[in-house]
Amino acid sequence: MKQTLYDKIWNDHCILDNDDHSSLIYIDRHLIHEVTSPQAFDGLDIKKRDIWNKKSIMATTDHNVPTINRDQGITDPVSKIQIEALRENCKKHNIELYDLDNLKQGIVHVIGPELGMTQPGMTIVCGDSHTSTHGALASLSFGIGTSDVEHVLATQCLNLTKEKNFNIEVNGVLHPYITSKDLILYIIGSIGTSGGTGYTIEYTGETISDLSIESRMTICNMTIEAGAKSGLMAFDEKTHDYLKDREFLPSSKHYDNALKYWETLISDSGVTFDRKEQFNANDIQPQVTWGTSPEMVTSVDECIPSSDLINNEEEYIDTLAYMGLEPKTEIKSIDLDKIFIGSCTNSRIEDLRQAAEVVEGEKVSSKIKQAIIVPGSGLVKAQAEREGLDKIFMKAGFEWRDPGCSMCLGMNDDFLEPYERCASTSNRNFQGRQGDKGRTHLVSPGMAAVAAIKGHFYNVKDFMNEK
Amino acid sequence: MKSKSYNGQVIPINRDNVDTDLIIPKQYLKSIKKSGFGPFLFDSLRYNDTATLDSDDEREENSEFILNRQPFRKGNILVSKSNFGCGSSREHAVWAIQNYGIDVVIAESFADIFSRNSFKNGLLLITLESQTINEIIDSSLSSNSYILDVNLAEDKILLPNDKTITFSISRSYKDRIINELDDIELTLRNKDQIKNYENQMKLSKPWLFNND
Repeated sequence: MKQTLYDKIWNDHCILDNDDHSSLIYIDRHLIHEVTSPQAFDGLDIKKRDIWNKKSIMATTDHNVPTINRDQGITDPVSKIQIEALRENCKKHNIELYDLDNLKQGIVHVIGPELGMTQPGMTIVCGDSHTSTHGALASLSFGIGTSDVEHVLATQCLNLTKEKNFNIEVNGVLHPYITSKDLILYIIGSIGTSGGTGYTIEYTGETISDLSIESRMTICNMTIEAGAKSGLMAFDEKTHDYLKDREFLPSSKHYDNALKYWETLISDSGVTFDRKEQFNANDIQPQVTWGTSPEMVTSVDECIPSSDLINNEEEYIDTLAYMGLEPKTEIKSIDLDKIFIGSCTNSRIEDLRQAAEVVEGEKVSSKIKQAIIVPGSGLVKAQAEREGLDKIFMKAGFEWRDPGCSMCLGMNDDFLEPYERCASTSNRNFQGRQGDKGRTHLVSPGMAAVAAIKGHFYNVKDFMNEK
Repeated sequence: MKSKSYNGQVIPINRDNVDTDLIIPKQYLKSIKKSGFGPFLFDSLRYNDTATLDSDDEREENSEFILNRQPFRKGNILVSKSNFGCGSSREHAVWAIQNYGIDVVIAESFADIFSRNSFKNGLLLITLESQTINEIIDSSLSSNSYILDVNLAEDKILLPNDKTITFSISRSYKDRIINELDDIELTLRNKDQIKNYENQMKLSKPWLFNND
């Protein structure tokens, strides 16, 4: 029988089928961080349970860490307790931890692929919903809660009910300066934030094949914003090139066999999906969200719609009140206070290069209170500095920070003050996400960079043509 | 099977897409415990000021918000619309709902990870059609008291007007809640099968286990 990529990885990890339609699924890789793991380790301690396979686990500190003045340590006592708890748990159980003093520390979904811990065909879990990111490397990856973190620590397995198969096919060519961030925002705007609930989404089509692996990660990352826990992309030559020479890849003794397996990680031709949607990349302009859900999105040259097609009237009115905006406002007329370039969605080297291309030779507008760039990992930061990107940013007036989740969720000191408006390359524009009463507009790195220079939204394509 | 039922006041949250950031904001995720989140449930809607985990200042309530109004303040059955619990995987959202004293959440639909986390913690989620949800929300907002009786053993909800609604729920979810099962212990009963699987994989995909 013909199988999808999802079917193949699922079947390959299925230990047994339970009688309630769920199956016992083996987990190859477990990524942990400070925020969603302490209660899981506590649970193990209380029941005196051991960890099943320590070697499958990689830990890092990212959500709650300072991105500035790290030599002063963590000053917030509550954050410190949480980070120390992870340190103690890792030490006690002999788990590899990429801590603040390590060059390889960074956002868990950036360093997993970067270090080669993310490999095709693996099942990967993490107590973070953006674990969907890793699907860009043909691995079945999804976020879990803390009870499931404990369950995987103790058993290396999860009892899961299989999702349905959803194929999103994208053909056509993205215009210059239009990125995979615009593409995924456009898709979410079309299918809605619960459009993928109950499905695993596999992205196919010539546009996806043409994208770099890092760009593909941005799409899989935001798949959870479309309601699906996992996004998937087939293994291809680009995946293979990306993986070469990564630290934790299969050794030369195993490499050929691993590659042979990876090459099977594509959906069989002619296989039927439960649902299918098609998009044309040529249609897509730079996207900007205007509301408090990622589905509330439009093109930069458009206006805020006069009513919301997805949600009810009351919610539309509440949303605009929260955002401090009026119906039919031109997106380009919206002034900004802060700029954030970073997060597991857009903090990789290609994202920083896109932003730097826009910023080079320009200055951050005097209207902007703060513009920060937070690289996804120590290795991304070092690479950017080798390329001189840090100098371009700092010369323009951006702050160049140390890696972490930072202003994507504002658990550390990087957050919005009430009513501040931010152009952000992150993934969620929920109420209060970046700070209490803060107002978030999700955009691509290039669009955030242009917004920093202009002080308001502007079409990055036009900006580059005029430059 | 033991019986389990919940009886109590409805708390209507009349909106779609109630996300986990709204249920429990990030500043409270710094806790390393599973308890103590109740006072911070719907924090940004519930209070006019902000707080941190270690601050013990008196909070200023937003008197308009449903949880600060009678009879909803003492409610234990939350009713909302579509895509409830969307967003992050934070299980703190479920703990906050439970810590507050809410036993059941009824909505048109739930986000996947939130559903799973609720299942794991024995928080009962019930999905009903939008027409019924709207009826419950409207009636509860216009009554001095609006009590539902949720009977899990019979998959039934009794409304104050004596109308009975039937809901469907998976057998394993029901078992999980009624018998308060320890999932890890259940899984470890299959220890030998897990080991067998691992041994097979050590042969077919050895690089995953020992990459020498």
